[in-house]
Amino acid sequence: MYISVRDRPTSDTRGAGSGSAARPPVGRVVIILGVVSLLTDVSSESVSAILPLYLTAVVGLSPVAYGLIDGLYQGVSALVRLGGGWLADATDRPKWVAFLGYGLSAVARVFLLFASGAAGIAAVVTADRIGKGIRTAPRDAMISTSTPSEHLGRAFGVHRMLDTIGAALGPLIAFGLLALVPGGYSVVLVVSLAFALAGVALLGLLGPDVRSRSREAAGASRPSAPPFRWRDLADRRLRPLLVVAGTLGLLTVGDGFIYLALLDHGGLNVTWFPLFYVGTNVAYLLLAVPVGRLADRIGRARTLVVGHLALVGAYLCSVLPSSTAVATVGTLLLLGTFYAATDGVIAAIAGRLVPVQARTSGIAAAQTVVAVARMLASAGFGLLWWLLGPAVAMAAVAAVLAVAVLVAATRVRSLDVAELTP
Amino acid sequence: MSARVRVLAFVAVVVVLVAAAGVYVLREGREVRAQRAAEPEASEAPVTEVADGPRIVFRHTGIDREYGTVAIVPVDDPGGARAFTGVACDRVAARAEGASCLVTDQGVVTSYAVRELDPDWQEVATVDLPGIPSRTRLSPDGSLVATTVFVTGHSYMSTGFSTATEVHAFGGGTRWGNLEKFQLVLDGRRVDPLDRNIWGVTFVDDRTFYATVGTGGRTWLVEGDLVERTLTSVSPDAECPSLSPDGSRVAFKVDVDPGSRTVWQVAVQDLATGERILLENGPRGLDDQVEWLDDDTLLYGLTRADEPGVTDVWSVDASADAEPELLIEQAWSPTVVRQ
Repeated sequence: MYISVRDRPTSDTRGAGSGSAARPPVGRVVIILGVVSLLTDVSSESVSAILPLYLTAVVGLSPVAYGLIDGLYQGVSALVRLGGGWLADATDRPKWVAFLGYGLSAVARVFLLFASGAAGIAAVVTADRIGKGIRTAPRDAMISTSTPSEHLGRAFGVHRMLDTIGAALGPLIAFGLLALVPGGYSVVLVVSLAFALAGVALLGLLGPDVRSRSREAAGASRPSAPPFRWRDLADRRLRPLLVVAGTLGLLTVGDGFIYLALLDHGGLNVTWFPLFYVGTNVAYLLLAVPVGRLADRIGRARTLVVGHLALVGAYLCSVLPSSTAVATVGTLLLLGTFYAATDGVIAAIAGRLVPVQARTSGIAAAQTVVAVARMLASAGFGLLWWLLGPAVAMAAVAAVLAVAVLVAATRVRSLDVAELTP
Repeated sequence: MSARVRVLAFVAVVVVLVAAAGVYVLREGREVRAQRAAEPEASEAPVTEVADGPRIVFRHTGIDREYGTVAIVPVDDPGGARAFTGVACDRVAARAEGASCLVTDQGVVTSYAVRELDPDWQEVATVDLPGIPSRTRLSPDGSLVATTVFVTGHSYMSTGFSTATEVHAFGGGTRWGNLEKFQLVLDGRRVDPLDRNIWGVTFVDDRTFYATVGTGGRTWLVEGDLVERTLTSVSPDAECPSLSPDGSRVAFKVDVDPGSRTVWQVAVQDLATGERILLENGPRGLDDQVEWLDDDTLLYGLTRADEPGVTDVWSVDASADAEPELLIEQAWSPTVVRQ
């Protein structure tokens, strides 16, 4: 039933196949979905850049009310992700499920224009995050389906690079507009809405209707693949990935803690805090493609696991005594490397470890396991930080994570040579 | 639809979006400039007319050329003519001796500061703040300034929030630093949690104050001591305290709907007896540090549901069944100067 393809191309793969150049262009699907993500991220990040100011200065919410709304951003999307994955697989229409998710977030922006008061804004933010939860896995499944296996890492790298460029542009556009129209928060919200609608239109009109099952049916000249079943997710090839990614996720504390540890380092003004995110994003967008290509060459599961060593480095860099400049640049660079080695790579792996009819759900399951594990990690680390203080807590997690990476490295060979779906 | 039609349709959508957003930006820009040039609805009075008597100082929030500037009305005519000081603040606290004014300077790296102003509203000092302005108060003789800001990463990736509350001498001098570094005593036990937040200081004198400590998902009314550098719990479940002029009572917010939601209401507690009354008809969902107009009346700012950015100041008797009344339209961050 499955075409047995080694995920790690052997030395003669470069010259084999169609005989085209060693690096074929990245598929149109990847570019279009990347630009859709770019436009959507400009939209969402321009809003989130001004949201704290808007909520406190204009709407008049206190830190606590803002904190509650901010917390909604974190949890909601992980929960609906599995639902989006199931819907895409059950209907075999990942494009239109993704479209639904992008559309919901765009509609939420309309209501943000009129919402004032904590409850209304909380509802809008929740809708936006549900939209993100719905669309992520179907989009990644489309990238996975439309890309030859040996170039998956690079394809996801290109997508994540475009996505992150959008995230970096969003705040710049927001504050450019505020400079143009003082106090013009509604202007930022309207421009953000326009970017979101452009993304939705691009996906709806020009996004190819990629379907996992139809593709397999055509290739295998069979009527169609069996319908999606939940037990496809218990696939014995996917299970080790979920275990490895989940375990490493339990040792992945939130960026916020790493940035706070950097501040604790001393010598840095808190006003630089927002720039930490920018620095990490820049490192990520520069590294997403090269690390993705590296993953295609040396094995994606191996890259995923070893990439966590960059996180070990970031933990240590944030608390080890060194000059503040070295610590800051080193930490952000290592954190960007970690994201480059994990975020797109895990979707690239998960999509091929389940039967095609469960591809979206497989990706969603892997992403949900990671997200839930990381939420638990942050909650647990808060306690550790409280008991031990930042330096000792960071060093302790770094040590355990380093050991976990070594153990996991022995498990991943099976993932990199597993039988893959086309 | 053929591919060609789809491409053309997408181009058309983008053209429409760019045009619509462009027109909106230009129109809104013109409208904002027009609004910011408009005369305030309330009649104006010269500052000298209200500068000496008992007065209420507040942030004017009418969408007009005085938006965001500090204004003053006499206590005995709060709805009457207001005097504009020409100083813009997000939050303001005033005494006869001077004022503390929290400001935001927007940009890709947005910065925040507390500006300290003399009785003529001239700047005497500026101190950088580490986050978004939230609360400020002065000690009774105007010699100490307390500021609360909240620190957060401006990104989807951020985790939760954190406040930073500091006390320093007005016009420069002693800085006590972040109150999180003070020794915390809850229910008689010295504790040292790292997940603590402190906000909403109200001064008793130049040594003692009340504030809120949030830790482990709970809030506490604490009494602070600047000399001992301690924060000692007085009672649980109280946020943003405000001490009455005679020093006998504190008013604060309580969450009357514990659980995932937060619904604040105002309560008043007698410091001698510990007896607490809830203002049943008071503002549900109030999100402000209340201020005492006199020993029986509370003031607070409330946002207008239908007009983002516009707020009003309301008053309510500090008794269980009191009904709030609109006191000053288009006003925020009220502070009472009694002499």
